[in-house]
Amino acid sequence: MLALIYTGMGLPPVVAGLFVYVLFSRAGPFGSLGWLFSMRAMIVAQTMLATPLIAGITMGSITSVDPDLRPQMHALGATPWQAVSTIALEARFGILLSVIAGFGAIISEVGAVMLVGGNIEGRTRVLTTAIVLETRRGHFALALALGVILLGLSFVTNSIIMLGQGRGRWRP
Amino acid sequence: MSETVYEVRDVQQTYGGRTVLRIPHLEVRQGEVLSVLGPSGAGKSTLLRLLALLEAPARGQVRFHTGARWVTHDTAAVDDRRQITMVFQRPVLLSRSVQANVRYGLRVRGERDAHARVEAVLRRVSLDRLAQAHVRTLSGGEAQRVALARALVLEPRVLLLDEPTANLDPANVGLIETLIREQHAQSGTTIVLVTHSIFQARRLATRVALLIDGELVEVAPAPRFFDAPQDARTEAFLSGEFVF
Repeated sequence: MLALIYTGMGLPPVVAGLFVYVLFSRAGPFGSLGWLFSMRAMIVAQTMLATPLIAGITMGSITSVDPDLRPQMHALGATPWQAVSTIALEARFGILLSVIAGFGAIISEVGAVMLVGGNIEGRTRVLTTAIVLETRRGHFALALALGVILLGLSFVTNSIIMLGQGRGRWRP
Repeated sequence: MSETVYEVRDVQQTYGGRTVLRIPHLEVRQGEVLSVLGPSGAGKSTLLRLLALLEAPARGQVRFHTGARWVTHDTAAVDDRRQITMVFQRPVLLSRSVQANVRYGLRVRGERDAHARVEAVLRRVSLDRLAQAHVRTLSGGEAQRVALARALVLEPRVLLLDEPTANLDPANVGLIETLIREQHAQSGTTIVLVTHSIFQARRLATRVALLIDGELVEVAPAPRFFDAPQDARTEAFLSGEFVF
């Protein structure tokens, strides 16, 4: 399982895209769903790329919490579930980092979404694939503007995630 | 005769095939301060974890009397376990404020409005000025006092202390010993104190047990244990002539 997660963390996006392409192509096992060149296929590919990253970094941050914490929380009267919640809260910065890393991998990704989405205007074109297209057309100003928007979106989303992390959490 | 709180019978504890503790019989009585003495690696902390019901023995039984019934590691409910609190030799504090750490045990019990109790216990351990400080700014002695405070605030029926003054300066040792003495005198809390310090056991204990190499050598009231030990190994340990 661990080896699978670590392999997934280094999975080249194009390979993930190719895998999803094969799965959802007309001759593939899920071809009958008709998801190829749709948002659904893009979501599947992005999930495949982000999940190992989030799982791997979360696992690393949970295991870095002092193993003596759990019995000490039990000794203070915590139920097993409360002790697990406390450990997760202690690892909160690592978990937050995993979400940001997963989001970063998805928002900056081109290869997989291009393969399984097809970069169809109005349907499956996203900022990254639009940047590639406009650069190829020689519309550098537009490509740069889209790049700035992408950066801005990433900044705003990460800021919201970090603000959300600081509030509304259960603190035993 | 005092009520029995713990009954340890024919207990063996093994880790990785190695037996680290063998106790044929031991009782802990309500309201006593039982000091468990012994050199490093004698099985003192293992005994304390068994008494805290944090682990089950490989053989035998550790029974705890809740006041209404006998329970073991396997049969104790959360409320039964919450009568017991343990302070570890190396306390792991939550990466939050001193106050949040002391409040932890109360919050897991659903006691949300416990500010006054937390403040009172922080005053007792002389940490009221550091209530809002993050634990990473604390010295070793202060951290150990936070660990003691988060146990004392729960007003436990049984307090298990695993070398609470190890590696601390004399001032902190004195303060922690005073707190233990006060807790016992004021609340009648049953205390099991693991220590390797003969002097600390002499100052605090009403009864003393000696563990050597996982074996319970002698258990006796403190005056008799120190003044008229029955076992040659106890005599050697007390005179500092014990050879590992």
